[in-house]
Amino acid sequence: MSTPGASSESLARFAVSRARRRRDRLAHGTILAGTVIALIPLMLIVYYLLIKGLGSWSASFFTTDPTGNTFFKNSNIGGIKSALLGTLEMVALASAMSIPLGIGVAVWLVEYGRTSWFAHTVRFAVDMLTGVPSIVFGLFVYIVLVVGTGSSFAGYKGSVALALLMLPVVIRSGEVILLLVPEGLRESALALGAPRWRVIFSVVLPTALPGMVTGVLLAVARAAGETAPLLFTAASTLKTNTDLGQFMNSLPVQIYNDVTSPTTSLVERAWGAALALVTIILLLNVFARLIARRSRLA
Amino acid sequence: MTADGRSPEVTDREPDSRSEIERSPAADATRGAPTDAGAPPTVASAAASPNGDAPTRAQAKAGLGVRLEQLRAFYGDAEPVKGIDIEFRANEVTAIIGPSGCGKSTLIRCINRMHEEIPGARAQGKVLLQGMNVYDPSVDVVAVRRAIGMVFQKPNPFPTMSIFDNVAAGPRLASRRRGDLRARVESALRSAALWEEVADRLDEPGAGLSGGQQQRLCIARSLAVDPEVILMDEPCSALDPIATLKIEELIEQLKTRVTIVIVTHNMQQAARVADRTAFMLDGGMVEVGPTQEIFTKPSDPRTEDYVTGKFG
Repeated sequence: MSTPGASSESLARFAVSRARRRRDRLAHGTILAGTVIALIPLMLIVYYLLIKGLGSWSASFFTTDPTGNTFFKNSNIGGIKSALLGTLEMVALASAMSIPLGIGVAVWLVEYGRTSWFAHTVRFAVDMLTGVPSIVFGLFVYIVLVVGTGSSFAGYKGSVALALLMLPVVIRSGEVILLLVPEGLRESALALGAPRWRVIFSVVLPTALPGMVTGVLLAVARAAGETAPLLFTAASTLKTNTDLGQFMNSLPVQIYNDVTSPTTSLVERAWGAALALVTIILLLNVFARLIARRSRLA
Repeated sequence: MTADGRSPEVTDREPDSRSEIERSPAADATRGAPTDAGAPPTVASAAASPNGDAPTRAQAKAGLGVRLEQLRAFYGDAEPVKGIDIEFRANEVTAIIGPSGCGKSTLIRCINRMHEEIPGARAQGKVLLQGMNVYDPSVDVVAVRRAIGMVFQKPNPFPTMSIFDNVAAGPRLASRRRGDLRARVESALRSAALWEEVADRLDEPGAGLSGGQQQRLCIARSLAVDPEVILMDEPCSALDPIATLKIEELIEQLKTRVTIVIVTHNMQQAARVADRTAFMLDGGMVEVGPTQEIFTKPSDPRTEDYVTGKFG
C-alpha cells in the first residue's frame, strides 16, 4: 500500500460515522424547531400589539382621560392618561411599602435568622405567598380594607394588594442576592471590629445593590401588569386623580374594561393601552438587565 | 477594654520597642510629607523625632501577648479544638503548623472570637490578651476584634470600595474617631509595603490589584485600626512565590509593632518567618518551641514525623 492510502485509512479511524452525523443533525434540528415554536407566540404577541396598538397611539392618547362617551360611533372616547398615571401612582406606593419591608426581611433571613426555626418558617410562608394567585390578594384586601372598614374602593387599597403581591418576590430575590455576597467580606469586616449592623449597611448591602435592584424591578414590572388585585380594591374611574384615597384607574383594569365592551373604538384603545403597558414593563426589564450587568457578584 | 487590659509591664516595655521602630520609618520621612499639623498629640508623637511624620506615630505601638488556657472549640457536636494551652509572646511571630483538619484555623479564629460567627459554633476556655479574658461576659466582642486583627486565606478587598476606602474601612466602620484619616491610610499602606505601588491610584477599585497586592491591601486594612495582634490564616496559600516572599518580608517588619500568629500549611514558610512554631494534631497541641528546635530536634516523635514529611 502507498503512503496516501495508509494515511486516509488512519484518518478513517477518527472520522465521524454517517449514522452519527445523521443523528446529530436530527437532534440539532429538533431542538431548533422547539426553540422556534416557543418563540412564535411571543413574536405574535409583540407583532399584534404593534399592528393593533400603534394605530391608536397619538399625543392626545396619552394626554386625555377616557371620556366614557361611547354612545355615538364618532364620539370622542378619550385616551389613557388616568390609567397610565393611576398605574404609576399605585405601583409607586406599592413599591414604597413592599421594597423596604421586603429587603428588611431578606436581610434578617440571611444575616440574623439563618437556620433558626423561625427563619425556616418565614421562608416557608414566603414561598407559599409566591404561589398565591394574584386575585386572592385582591380578595383579601377587599375583605379587610373595603368590606371590613365599610368604606369604598381607593387607590391606596389597590397599592396594598400590589404590595402584598410584590413582597414575596422582593424577599426571595433579595435573599438569593444576599446569599451571593461572599462570606469572606462579612468576616473581614467583622474582623476589623465593625459592629454587625455597620457590616450590613457598609459592606453587604452596597455589594448586593445591583443584584437587588434587578430583583426589585422585576417585582415592580410584575405588579404593574396585574389586573386582578386592582379590580375590587382600586376599581376604575375615568378622571385622573392624584388622591390615592379615591377610585383610581389603572392600565390593566382599563384594558380589561375596554376589551370587554362592545364598542370597536374602545377595543382599539385597549390595544393601544396594552402596547403602552408592555412598553413600560419592557423598559423596566431592560433597565434591570443594564443594572445587573454592572453587578460585582457572579 | 484595652486600657484595663494593659498591665504595667507593657507600659514599661513600650519605649524600647518605639525606639526600635523609629529607625525604619526614618527612610519614609524623606519622601513622605510631614502631616503633623492639627493632629492630636499622642505619647508616641511627643517622643518621635522632629521630622517624624504621621506614619511614625501610628507605628509606635507594640504588640500584646496572648495566652490560651484550656481553649476548646465546637461546631455543634464536633470538637475541632480540644483543650489547648499556648502562649503567643508579644512582638514575636508564632507559626501554627499541622495537617489539614487539625484545627489550626479554628484555633486562631477563636482568638478574636470570629469562630462564634459560624452558626452552631462556640468556644470554651480562656483567651487572655495581656491577662484579660476576651471571653469574659463583660467584654465587647467588637472591641476584641479591633485589638486583634485578622488576615484571611483568600485576599478579599471590599469590591465596592476604592483602595483608599478599603484601608479607611476599618477606622470608618469600627470607630467613631476619624481624624486624620488620610495619614492613617498612608501609614497603613506604607506599613504593608504597598504605598509605593498604589500612591498614585488610591481612587481605583481595590479589586483591580494583583492577588499579592490585594493581600497586602488586606493587611493594610487590618493595620489601619491599630491592632495589637494580627492573626493570619494561611495568608499566602492563594499567592505565587514572589507575592509570598513579599508578604513574608512584611511579616518580619510588622512584628516590631504587632504580635503575629500565622497558620500555615507550608513548613518552609514557618521556618522562614516564625520565631516560635507550634505543631497541632487532631485538635491538640503537640509541641511548641523555638522554630529552630521544632524543625531540627523536636521532642515529640509525632512532630518529627510531620516535619520530616512522614505524614501530613
